[in-house]
This record gives sequence, C-alpha cells and structure tokens, in this order.
Amino acid sequence: MATRKNILGAALAVFAFAAPMNAFAQVRIAYIDPLSGAMGATGEHGLRELEFAIEAINAKGGVLGQKMAVVPMDNKLSSQESLNLLKSAIDQGIRFISQGNGSAVAGALIDAINKHNERNPDQAVVYLNYAAVDPDFTNDKCSFWHFRFDANTDMKMAALTDYLKDQKKVSKVYLLNQDYSHGHQVSKVAKAMLAEKRPDVKVVGDELHPLARVKDFAPYIAKIQASGADTVITGNWGTDLSLLVKAAKDANLKADFYTYYGGTVGVPPAMGEAGVDRVKVVSYWSANSMNASGQAVQEAYRKKYGADQDPYSQSIRISAEMLARAMEKAKSTNPVAVAKALEGMKVDGPFGEITMRADDHQLIQPMFVATFVKAGGPLKYSADGTKEYAFRADARVEAAAAARPTTCKMKRP
Amino acid sequence: MELFLTSLLNGVTYGLLLFMLSSGLTLIFSMMGVLNFAHASFYMLGAYFGYVISTYVGFAPALVLAPLAVGAIGSLIERYGVRRAHAFGHVAELLFTFGLAFLIEEVVHLVWGKSPVPYKVPAALDGPLFTMFASTFPAYKAFMMAVSVGMLIALYALLTRTRVGLVIQAALSRPDMVEALGHDVPKLFMLVFGGGVGLAALAGVIGGNAFVTEPGMAAAVGTIVFVVVVVGGLGSLTGAFVASLGIGILQTFAVAIDWKVPGFERLTLSQTAPVLPYLIMVLILIARPRGLMGTRES
Amino acid sequence: MTRRLVPWALLVAALALAPVLFSKGFALSLLCQTGILVIFALSYNMQLGQTGLLSFGHAVYYGLGALFSIHALNLGYVPTPLVPLVGGAAGLVFGLLFGYVTTRRAGTTFAMITMGIGEMVAACSLMFPAFFGGEAGVSGNRALREPIAGLTFGPQVQVYYLVALWLVGCVIAMHLITRTPLGRIANAVRDNPERAQFVGYDPQAVRFHMVALSGLFAGIAGGLAAVNYEIVSAESLSALTSGQVLLATFLGGVGFFAGPVVGAIVVTLMSTVLAAYTQAWPFYFGLLFLVMVLFAPGGLASLAVMQKRLWDAGALRDALAVYARLALPAALAVGAAVFAVEMTYRGVRTPELWLGTAAVLVVASWSTRWTWMRARDRWAVASTALEAKARA
Repeated sequence: MATRKNILGAALAVFAFAAPMNAFAQVRIAYIDPLSGAMGATGEHGLRELEFAIEAINAKGGVLGQKMAVVPMDNKLSSQESLNLLKSAIDQGIRFISQGNGSAVAGALIDAINKHNERNPDQAVVYLNYAAVDPDFTNDKCSFWHFRFDANTDMKMAALTDYLKDQKKVSKVYLLNQDYSHGHQVSKVAKAMLAEKRPDVKVVGDELHPLARVKDFAPYIAKIQASGADTVITGNWGTDLSLLVKAAKDANLKADFYTYYGGTVGVPPAMGEAGVDRVKVVSYWSANSMNASGQAVQEAYRKKYGADQDPYSQSIRISAEMLARAMEKAKSTNPVAVAKALEGMKVDGPFGEITMRADDHQLIQPMFVATFVKAGGPLKYSADGTKEYAFRADARVEAAAAARPTTCKMKRP
Repeated sequence: MELFLTSLLNGVTYGLLLFMLSSGLTLIFSMMGVLNFAHASFYMLGAYFGYVISTYVGFAPALVLAPLAVGAIGSLIERYGVRRAHAFGHVAELLFTFGLAFLIEEVVHLVWGKSPVPYKVPAALDGPLFTMFASTFPAYKAFMMAVSVGMLIALYALLTRTRVGLVIQAALSRPDMVEALGHDVPKLFMLVFGGGVGLAALAGVIGGNAFVTEPGMAAAVGTIVFVVVVVGGLGSLTGAFVASLGIGILQTFAVAIDWKVPGFERLTLSQTAPVLPYLIMVLILIARPRGLMGTRES
Repeated sequence: MTRRLVPWALLVAALALAPVLFSKGFALSLLCQTGILVIFALSYNMQLGQTGLLSFGHAVYYGLGALFSIHALNLGYVPTPLVPLVGGAAGLVFGLLFGYVTTRRAGTTFAMITMGIGEMVAACSLMFPAFFGGEAGVSGNRALREPIAGLTFGPQVQVYYLVALWLVGCVIAMHLITRTPLGRIANAVRDNPERAQFVGYDPQAVRFHMVALSGLFAGIAGGLAAVNYEIVSAESLSALTSGQVLLATFLGGVGFFAGPVVGAIVVTLMSTVLAAYTQAWPFYFGLLFLVMVLFAPGGLASLAVMQKRLWDAGALRDALAVYARLALPAALAVGAAVFAVEMTYRGVRTPELWLGTAAVLVVASWSTRWTWMRARDRWAVASTALEAKARA
C-alpha cells in the first residue's frame, strides 16, 4: 500500500513538473471559468471573446514587445477548484487572472488573492472581473487587486429605473428572482430605486424561486396575473429566464419583462417568438448602436465565429485592452505597477468614454435598455444564437448617470 | 377562486408530466428491482433524438421513432450492462446506472454541445386551447396531458389484459417458476427495460420542446422522479399516478399560497416549494417504506 | 509484530517526506486535497464497505462539519490545528441525528432516504444564508495571529503537515474500529442481517453506531477542508460531493481498508491533473467507472490484491505473460479510442484522420480479441493455480 503511494507520488511528480512551459516572453492571463458542465457554454463564450481580444492586441505588436496569451482553466463553477487553479496559475508564473461567471467564485478569488498578496508581496496577482456583479466587490469587500469591468447589479438597476421613470404605462411591478444573493440583491435594489424614482408605481409582488430547479413557471405566472402586474423585473439567467418567458407566452400574460440577462448564451434561441416585444434587457452592450470602429470589431468577430455569435461580453475585451494599455503606461508588467496604472484610466469605448474609477475599481460606462424584436432593417446584428431576432436599443443611459456612489475604503500597497 | 382553479389545472398538468416521466421507472423497478438512476438521462436522450428526428422528418414520426430508438439502446444496455452488474448484487446495479447517467450526459455534451438546442413545439400544436379568466391554457399542455393519461391506460391494459402483461406480472414475484414454465425471462427483462426506457424517451420527446432541451435537463428532473416512484409505492403503477398528481398539485399550491413560515423572517412557503417533495419522501420512507400503494419494500 | 507495523511506518515516512519532493504550491495543495478526500472516503467506506449501507448523502456530514469549523475559525476561540475537532463534533451530532432517522431501514430504502436528506440540506443552504453563507459561502482566515511554536498555518506546507497528522490519526482510528467488536458485527450485519439478529445483535443499532462514527470522521475531513481552502460553500453539501466520494470509494475498492485511499488518490489525480490536459475527462471518468462496475466491482484494490494472490500461488509469471501479450493490441485499441474521443471534443472533421483512427481501432480490437483467445489457456493455468492455493 505504501509502495503504491510512492509510485503514484512519482506519477504526480511527472504531472506537476510537466505543467505547460509556455514561452518566456509572454504576458499570460489565466482564464478561470467553467468550461464544462451546466455553465460551460457561458464560460466558453467568454474565453472566445478574450482570445479574440488578445489576438487583436498581438496583431498590433503585442505589449512592451511581448505577445499576450490566454491560459484557460476549467473551474467547473466550483470555488474550491478555482482556488486550486489560482495556486496552479501562480506556480506557472501567471500574475493576471480573468474570471466572471459566479459571484461566489469571484468572492472566493478576491479573498484568496488578498491573502496571497499579503503573504507573498513579491508574487502579487491582479484579478480582472468581467461579469461577477455582486455590488459588494466594489463596496464593502473592495480590494486594490480587483478590477470590475461589468456594471454591477445596482448600476444596472439604476439604468433600468431611469428608463422606467419615463414609461407612463408602468404602474404595477412584479419582482421575480432566483433565491440566492444575486436575486436578493436585485429585489432589494429594485424596490429602493423604484420608491425613489417612481413612488407612484406599486410593487405588487416580490417572489423568490429556487435557483435552476423550477421546470414549470406556470404557477408563478398565475400569481403574476392575479396580481394585475403590467411589468415584471427579474435578474434571472439561463433556463430560469427562458422557461419563465415561455410560460408567460403560454398563459398569454400581458406584461413586459425587464431582464438583466436576456441576451446571454442560450436565452434568445430558447425564448424565440415568445420573447418578441415582451422582453427587455439592461446592459452595457448594444450590438446595433455602435460607432464605425466598434462595428468593425463586431464584424470581424462574427466573421470568425459565426454570424449568429453576438460578442456581448464586451467587458472581457475591454479588460484585455485596458490591461495592455496599463502595461504600456507603467512600462512594466509588474502587477503592482500595472494596477496603479490601471486605476483611474480613461479610454474611448465603442459607445463612448469609459473610466476605471480609482475609488473602487469599478468601470463606469454607458448602459442601454433594449427590446427583443425581429431582426432586419437597421438591426443588422442578431441576438446570440439566432439569426431572426435582434435587440433594439430604446434608451441610452450615460455613464455618469449609471454610476453609483461607493462605500469602498481601499487598502493600497 | 381564480387562482385556485388556475393552480389546480397547473398542478394537474405538472403532475401528469411527472407521471409520464416516472411510469417507465415504476415498470422497471417493479419488474427487476433495479432503481434506474439513468432514467432521467434516457428522458434527455429522447428529447435530443426527438429534436434531431423532428428536424428531418417531423414531429409525428419523432413521437414513434425516438422512443423506439432509445428503447433499443436501453435493451442493449440491459443485455450487456445491467445483467452483468446484476450478478454482482443490488449495489453494483445501482452504481452501474449511476455511472451510466454520468456517461450519457457526457455523450450528449460530446455530440450536441453544452448549449440548449432549438427544439420547438410544432406549429400545429402551438397556441391557446381555451381561455380561462385572464389567462389562456396552451394547446400543447393539453396534448401532454392526453398523452400522459393515454400512457396510463395503455400500460394498465398491457399489464392486466394481455398475455405478455400477465407473464410480466408473474415474473415479478416468481421469476424462476415462470422460467420453468417455459418463458424466456431474461428476454422479458430486456424488453421491459427497453419499454420503460422508451416511455421515458417519449416523455422527453414531448417535454423537451416545452421545456428547454439542454444537457442539464436530466439532472434537473432526475431526483423528483425518484421521489414520485418511492412515494407512490415501489411496484405500483397506480401509486405512481396518485403520487405524481399529489406532488404536482402540492408544489403548485405551495407556490400559489403566500404564507410565511413562522419563525423565519424571510422564508415563505413558496420558496420551500421545490423542497417539499423530498421532505415527503423522507417522511414516507421512515413511516411507510412501501410507499402509498406499494407492493414491496425494496 | 514489527512486520505488521512496516506499512504504517512507510506511510508516515512517505507523508513526512512528500513536501521535499513536491515543494511547489500547487503540488502541495493537491496533496492536501488528496489527504482530505482520503479521510472522507475512508469514512464513507465505514458505511458502504463495512456495514453494507449505500448512502447518496454523505456530503451532508462533511459539509456541515466544514461549516461549523469555519464558523469556529471565525469566532476565534479554537486555534487552527484543533478546528477539525469542531468539524468532527458537528459530524458526530448530525450523524446521530440523521442516522437515527435513516437507519430504521436498510438497502435501497436507506439509499433513497439519504438522497432525500442530502437534497433537503443542500436546498436549505440557499434558504438560510446567515449560517450557510448563501451562494458565496463562508470564508475565514486560518493564519494564527499569535504563532504556536513559530507556526501560523498560513503557508501551505504547514497546512500540509497538519492534514498529514490528522490523516495518520484518523486512519489509525478507523483501522482500529474495524478490529473492535462493533466493526466485526457491522461486517456481519452487512453480510447477513437476519443471522446477526438471530445471534443476538440488533442490526439497526449497529448501523446507527456506524453511521454516527462515519459522520464523525467525515466531519473531521470537512474541518480540514475548511482550514485548507479557507472557504466553505454550498457545494460541500451537494449531491456532486456525495457522488464524488462514492465514486472514489468504489473505484478504489470497498472490500479493502486501503481501497478508498487508492480511489481518493486516483480520483483527485484524474479530476485535477487530467482535467488540465483534456476536456473529455468526465467522459473518461464515467467510462472508467462503468468498466470497473462491470468487470472489477472489487475496485482497483482488488486488482492489486489479485496480483499478490497470483504471486503467492506462484502463478504470477503466467499472468504476466498474458498481460504482456495483450499489452500492445490493447494499448493501440485504447489509444485509438482516446484519439477518437479527443477529436470529437475538438470538432476535428478531417475524413482521413477519422478513417485512419477507425481502422486502427477495428484492427487493434480484433487483434486484442484474437490474442485473448490464444492466451486463454495460459490464463487458465494461472487461475487453476490460484484456486488450488485457495483450497489448500
């Protein structure tokens, strides 16, 4: 038995030392997200977008004379696995981490990176968060090493409620969310902001359902109908959103759905006809509202990966570009220097100027409220996974208006 | 009143869908004592096969061909897999079906990818059937209910009125005697397994387009099917029917009723709704392991 | 007496020297993870292998142990090295509680009840975020503010030695339990509960005790996990974790005490190291599991022990001859199959490559079968020798 342990130990040694030895003159980013399992498709989408962005940077000569590379790591949506991968990345000499799917994983990473950077200041790691939207990460739990490129839950709700301010036909709102921290946050901030901006609107329901367990949303739709709501606000994603919209169509519910994730992988094709004119999305991305250079990027992406592939994870592309710029500005790839150069940075994004706010490391960018409709005419770029449907931007909320105050008291090195 | 009737109708629909899923499992379990963990995976396979077939030839052929194809696969698995595992005992059988569930999900990832596939309800059946108060009842749901009830009647007739059915029932409790009387019992087991799996696939063909067809769909319904079979009674088809309806209605009403669980500030009954079936299963297993109408314990 | 202690001495030596060989952070972390899974799998085998109880909800004790441990860590009353005791206590309490409820029945009923309880506790984790930490889980800091003997348990190597120490302690304890009357009667209850009842032992009481003890050790494993990862989230309680420990234990072999150890090591290697090389690792995992269930239900340990028995019967040379002849065609067949799977996962569509792989697969499979037909006689010699030795 002990002998077997030794043999296996030797095999372990082979594997551990045989970790891929990438070329030395390369700036590497570890992409830690699910690449298999239920959220695998979302993780793969993000990876594609990151690789696309890195290719573009390398085509222009790379950064500081070096090429950039992505090292994908499958965390299977597990926090513990992510921490293992973090250690593996650090061992391989990687100092920049990109992640976005799941605020639970993001929280674990922030905590682990804080501890690691404190215990090993010469091996500091910087974390680029492209989609984990828990507001805490740029408020109470903010960290100098963490940069968020997505608009957080509060910012998205601010943009949404700004839009609703002018929608006179909205009078009764029903809140339906997944029963976990994200859903709780959406519900809480929706109620607060509606009370502030539209005190005449009545919140006639505030429902939580278990995450990814409900197959038949008909009972929930029945409750919404009974309440007489004309608007539903939901932070649901994945099948929880597509099934909800389908059930609403089946029961002929006459209400508009304001969602956070209506445009993400899997949802537009699953919604199909059921979502047309009914589903709206608040997001920093609007495929059909871009300036010329933005359109060029989009065309290149769709040409490479398919006409029905919507590059909606703009946040991850921006994170790569801003990282490269920060390195050029700091004239170094040292993480501490790069982080100092990155905070406060302003760049011209595809929809206008965006700023990485130094106070809390939250990217401030304009937002859109768009409706799911049939593609065609001026709507050239279709929604992800479909060719017949697209999102039409109904309103644009400027960056400054979408920004939220912060309670972050950041400890700087 | 409106909410009550709507909820009742939704509950019955959901319950009948659960029955469609679990009838096959009850059959397999009654016959062979094998609690087939991969049952929900065959449901998923049926949905994917239905998607592929209906894309090429149409929905009606898919209703027949997909269950047949999956049933054939099931029979082969029984012949070369389950039978071998059976020789090693109940635990090995359970573990085999457990590993099979895992593997089928991976095969689906391999062939169709990880995103949902656009399996749609056929246009002829799409649309409202009737209007009740403010909401409409979709025609497709009525179709699902009809198929489910039809399944119950057909199975019941098969088991009690045909010769094959009587042999199957006899083999349930006295397989050796039945074999001694000249019937090919292993072949019977193979057919029954294939049949049960085919029923799950039929549920998949019908349910896959109403609910999203994606690789996670097996895991999502897997455990609830066991709850139904266990609560209804290990070995009883009518028990499974009663249990599915009961659980369907209970869950739907739990969502509909706005009742706060005393003692917890934010916990309402509707939040706990999907957990209730498991609670019931545990209680039944402790108090009455045979289930509501079961004929054997395990 | 000293001869029996040799494997234990080797174990302690191997554990003590391992960090010298694998000093990189990731490798150390992997060793810690393996050590924790070993304790967890051994505790599971107390139910499965020793008492014949198949449970689908064992992660409940592990997860609850981990949660109580991390809360204890945050409260600060318990120093880091003793935190697994808290986990063990929690595991024991819940083992007593759930054990009382679940052990009223055995067999498939027991399996179903454990599944139901597992699902319920996992669902509770999202309903009561104050204790369970919600989706983000509960995090803590294992580094001691005042070092004990110069140790803060911040660096990974110190945590490794802590895990190794607890591992040795738990393995010794669990091994000793198998030699107590309780352990022996548990085996009797596994094999023939009715007979055990006739001899005078209450199978339900025996099962209850074993479940409670198994919960104790699972809780210790959970406590170590809390210290190692400094975060505990809902997935520690989930059906996935229950499935993982079941897989690891069964793969290693339920009939031998050391089986779960082997299984835990193999599973950790496959899921971390293999996962870095191929996206198809869950597929291989499932396939390996199915093959084990059908062809070697005794697990990897049983395969190893069979080689030893062949050696004792003097028939190992014949067996090795058979293996050697099968090695090349079988390796080619497996290689071609793996190639085909990898090509499918990467979406390769070149027809020449596919035809080539298919050809190799067909030829190699046929050749394996042909070699097996020819080698069967040699194998018969080995089996006869084995049987003769067994009868002697």
